[in-house]
Amino acid sequence: MDDLEARVIGILAAQALIEPATVRLTDDPAGIGLDSLGMVEAIFAIEEAFGISVPFNANEPGASDFDISTVGAVVEGVRRLVAAKA
Amino acid sequence: MSRRVVLTGAGTVNALAHDVPGTLAALVQGRSGIGPLDFRDVDRLTIRIGAQVRGWPGLPGMTPREAALWDPFTRYALAAADEAVAMSGLEGADLAQAGVILGTAAGGIATWEDNYRAVFAEGKDRVPPLVVPRLMHNAAPAHVSIRHGLRGLAFSVSSACASASHALGLAFREVREGRVPMMLAGGSEAMLLFGGVKAWEGLRVLSPDACRPFDVQRNGMVMGEGAAVFVLEDADHAAARGAAPLAEIAGFGMTADAGDIVAPSAEGAAAAMRAALADAGMAAAEVGYVNAHGTGTLANDRAEAAALRQVLGDGVAVSSTKGAHGHAIGATGALELLACIAALRDGTIPPTAGCLTPDPDCGLDIVTGAARRAEVAAALSNSFAFGGLNAVLALRAA
Repeated sequence: MDDLEARVIGILAAQALIEPATVRLTDDPAGIGLDSLGMVEAIFAIEEAFGISVPFNANEPGASDFDISTVGAVVEGVRRLVAAKA
Repeated sequence: MSRRVVLTGAGTVNALAHDVPGTLAALVQGRSGIGPLDFRDVDRLTIRIGAQVRGWPGLPGMTPREAALWDPFTRYALAAADEAVAMSGLEGADLAQAGVILGTAAGGIATWEDNYRAVFAEGKDRVPPLVVPRLMHNAAPAHVSIRHGLRGLAFSVSSACASASHALGLAFREVREGRVPMMLAGGSEAMLLFGGVKAWEGLRVLSPDACRPFDVQRNGMVMGEGAAVFVLEDADHAAARGAAPLAEIAGFGMTADAGDIVAPSAEGAAAAMRAALADAGMAAAEVGYVNAHGTGTLANDRAEAAALRQVLGDGVAVSSTKGAHGHAIGATGALELLACIAALRDGTIPPTAGCLTPDPDCGLDIVTGAARRAEVAAALSNSFAFGGLNAVLALRAA
């Protein structure tokens, strides 16, 4: 696990009030206890932590440009946005 | 004896028009008041569209003292109240018996913003003396009371997106129960400014391009602003002075979901609709039109459609006018009452501006494209707020 992955998982886990070690990349947000409002807050925390802007629409998360279907998808999405910023 | 309550005056300022005739015409045409936002620091927003009041000359004869005292949300309320009182023909001793209840979600938010900017961003160490009476939520009903000599009850109601409907419902009860012969009621909101939109942006429910209630392509709500104020009057009192009613308010229902702070509940919405019907002694089959809350978010559309099917079946004509006047938050229920008047008085159901392809999953008769001609004897107006607070007005043709 690299640093970026650990930080993203840490943010999601903190929002879900669970231990980061229990989070798997294949988990979906609901699976770790994040509802849509929890996800909105987690995305905000990610934006603040990485200095990026995440294209995420809470109305229809599936239709957003940013894939939140699994923890792994969120990690890779953040990785692309951080790379694009660099 | 239970009294009947009729609407004998209406007034408005909103993105479609600065009066009732212009707004009714725009609603029936399915025109949209949504466009690029224009205010300070708009370039720092991600969302840059809204239904903004444009080209409004303001209140005629406003003095410098009044300008210092009236936040934009108060100015909209005063203009709407002036039009409503003029239309009603009420004056003098009659008005002295009346009260006023107005809804707002953000109150004088422009005043908060301007003065926080002055002290925090610009480093100023003093603010103008009238900041407090300018920003308070009850400034709008207080100034309406002062301007028209209303000496009955006067206060503001704040329940986010249901504020105006709660205000109208409470005023309706005051008149029906005989405590006052007439009331002014409605809502006003002036939240289209940098901080107001920035806060909503954070919730990620705003659409970047269009408001499309009940459309398969919907992607969020679009904020609006303005005010609508009505004169509610004991029907016998109105008849005795020969006033022509616009419509009758027949019932009011309100419920709380006691569930999620933001996610809507079909059960809570359905319970409020049933309560309004029961309060009005109205059968579901009588309802010919529903002005839906219809925000253009997936969550609202699904919950509201399920509630509508549960309570009224799938045959009733439904439209949302938020694609026209935007989601005017604490004023929106009052603006939407104008759409109900178009249906009940004029037999013209305003279409759902912005809805091009109705979502078949909603399973409703959504009025789209052009206005629909129909004899509508009874209508519901739905408002569902964050907090799980639901308010529904039941109306009849006068």
